Amino acid sequence: MTCRKLIELVTEYLEGALPDGDRAGIDEHLLKCDGCSAYLEQMRQTIAITGCLREDDLAPEAREKLRASFRDWRSQQT
Amino acid sequence: MPGEPEVDRGDAAVLVRLRGGDEAAFADLIALHHAALLRMARTYTTDAALAEELVQDTWIAFLESLGRFEGRSSIKTWLFRILMNVARARLRKESRTVPLSTVADRDEPAVEPRRFHARWLPGIGGHWSEPPAPWAELPEEQALASETRAAIEAAMAELPEQQRQVMVLRDIEGFAAEEVCNLLGLSDTNQRVLLHRARSKVRRALAPRMGGERGSAP
Repeated sequence: MTCRKLIELVTEYLEGALPDGDRAGIDEHLLKCDGCSAYLEQMRQTIAITGCLREDDLAPEAREKLRASFRDWRSQQT
Repeated sequence: MPGEPEVDRGDAAVLVRLRGGDEAAFADLIALHHAALLRMARTYTTDAALAEELVQDTWIAFLESLGRFEGRSSIKTWLFRILMNVARARLRKESRTVPLSTVADRDEPAVEPRRFHARWLPGIGGHWSEPPAPWAELPEEQALASETRAAIEAAMAELPEQQRQVMVLRDIEGFAAEEVCNLLGLSDTNQRVLLHRARSKVRRALAPRMGGERGSAP
């Protein structure tokens, strides 16, 4: 397992999608390679930071427009 | 998430309230999902007003579909499915082509080849010549800093559409791989390849900000 190959398998590794043999090969490589260990950790951090982009704000006008749509819809029921 | 019971209990309660005409239940749902839908809509178009319209149409289609929604998927998945149908129909109508970019750039490496020793070098071939240094452990505030967010947003905006969609759904909205495959009509393998390309590029864009690593040319 070379470093160059490992970095292309990182996502499959993190997704648990690798055959046991490849997974073991990566685990073994990581034990002795600081560069790849750092790389793997960077990918984990990238995923974590990207997750922080989740936002829940909504412009009041858009909210009001949608609530009005709901009232329209409700008035058409039954 | 996989392995959950088919009908989410929270969803079931919300559905009962919605069908009963409870406006507050709808307002809660909007607060929960609108921003996520908008982010996804923006992967289809760079026109902010159009993206907003797509999401408005999605909510209306959602209300109209309430009668036949059986709760086999979560409300969230259902909403995203509607959005995709709305977006595809609408963008086709406006004769925009949604690029059917497949997993095309398979050959693009996650890290510039120059950072590795040449493959033929005995013993060290294919190993790092410029290994990455660990990033500082990020406090939450820094991860949320506007410059960090802007860097990620910019990197994601550069991604091909499908890569961006997979990364939005997986890493921002928290969908499971299986749900993303269903929503986007992708095989397991393609979903993973797209996610890998997307995450690798975002990592590369973040690296110069996180210390230790030289900036990489785009």
